Amino acid sequence: MKEIYMDHVATNPLHPEVLEAMLPYFKEHFGNPLSLYEPGIKAREAIENARASSASLINAKANEIIFTSSGAESNNFALKGIAFANQNKGKHIIISKIEHHSILNSARFLEKSGFAVTYLPVDKYGVIDPAIVEKAITKETILISIIHASPEIGTIEPIAEIGKIARQKGIIFHTDAVASVGNIPVDIQPLNADLLSFAAHQFYGPKGAGALYLREGTRIVPLIYGGIQEGGRRAGTENVPAIVGMGKAAELAKRDLQKRINHVKSLRDKLISNALKVEKVYLTGHPEQRLPGHASFVVEYIEGEAMLLLLAGKGIYAASGSACSSKALKASPVLISIGTPAHLAQGSVVFTLSEGTTEEEIDYFNEVFPQIINQLRKISPFAKGWGDMEDKTCTPKR
Amino acid sequence: MYTKEVMDHFSNPRNVGEMPDADGIGTEGNPVCGDVMKIFLKIKDDKIVDAKFQTFGCGAAIAVSSMVTEMVKGKTLDEALSISKETVANALGGLPPQKMHCSNLGADALRKAIEDYRNKQQK
Repeated sequence: MKEIYMDHVATNPLHPEVLEAMLPYFKEHFGNPLSLYEPGIKAREAIENARASSASLINAKANEIIFTSSGAESNNFALKGIAFANQNKGKHIIISKIEHHSILNSARFLEKSGFAVTYLPVDKYGVIDPAIVEKAITKETILISIIHASPEIGTIEPIAEIGKIARQKGIIFHTDAVASVGNIPVDIQPLNADLLSFAAHQFYGPKGAGALYLREGTRIVPLIYGGIQEGGRRAGTENVPAIVGMGKAAELAKRDLQKRINHVKSLRDKLISNALKVEKVYLTGHPEQRLPGHASFVVEYIEGEAMLLLLAGKGIYAASGSACSSKALKASPVLISIGTPAHLAQGSVVFTLSEGTTEEEIDYFNEVFPQIINQLRKISPFAKGWGDMEDKTCTPKR
Repeated sequence: MYTKEVMDHFSNPRNVGEMPDADGIGTEGNPVCGDVMKIFLKIKDDKIVDAKFQTFGCGAAIAVSSMVTEMVKGKTLDEALSISKETVANALGGLPPQKMHCSNLGADALRKAIEDYRNKQQK
């Protein structure tokens, strides 16, 4: 059976050129970048090259890039590092309700450590109104962190405007750009961000490689103390092959970005227009201001995990924000935040395309998806409507 | 994540559909939690002669529904009442722990359908 991967936001295969670039750093160039002899020097140089490429992808300076292990680490670092570095100035942080768990849970940790956090609402498309950000600012506000693009609903936020407000008010501004960097143009200068998180595996680099952009002159408290790696801001012997892979992936992303966007966008539009022909299937997120390869839906009267299993049975791999498909058995907070009723959120399904997606795959998908919806609706007791089940609340039995 | 038996009953569910002349109907769960099961029973001389179901939910919920309707056919009502969440899960070769409570609605829906039948008999 053919395998059709439609979960780009989960992760991606390595680009073959990235793998080639990484291999020598597992073998002959194995040295510790801090060592003063040849293998160490080779590793050091490779890291600095990767830093320059990663910086270039977002139009930053090389010395503004700190390598981390992941997007989640970058997000933790940004929130905690800036909060602790600025707690004498104030203890108020602003984030949105549709942030990634690594932001949400870092914010909850900071609340327990004495910080106050405002969680901003979004509109029905998941867009954060910059005016609401401005209103939430107090004399105590030290940090604003807003996601650049949502991996769940694809919506791209007005980060430049929010950044401008933060800049005017003298408040440090972070954006979680894990889903956007390498997938749409991201230029740190017009975005007005002081910090920005990104991760290599979102643009065909390796897992275990992330970065935090930190604007020159911005103070931060480390998460990991130890040696002088990453300018003393992130200790630990560097994961040299992964960092090299990130650098190569960044170089390729910069070179191929427009080509990749054009490719996934036309396929995505075809997928969406076909899916919306099926009765009672709705697009989630913004119809235009969205990631180019991102198609997310809620399908009425059926459940997401069941859809994923049947799709997988046909070789199609995708994601869902339904309660049953999550280990925590909770519907996606992002879907609830955009006003999706809880029973409808169960029908969430997310397809994200990548540079490897083909026209034939989309044709096959367009054939299979309506069949699967019909198959599950035939089993569903709600095929004719929700009846009195619409306004229930959930109190799971234990 | 799921056993072969779960995947079999999920992919090829037995006894799907409504039963217009059902003698007992039971519904358990709610869509906000993620799973709802509706079971229909045809009963003759205290024995279940036919069973059908409709389910909204995940793979486990659909497999459980299919399995329960298979298990009850030919059983007396008292025998059917002895079916528990555990017996259904065991018949499916086990369920992931997080699915044991939320999605394992078959036994409860069955109990409600039998109650429904007995209530109707008393009238």
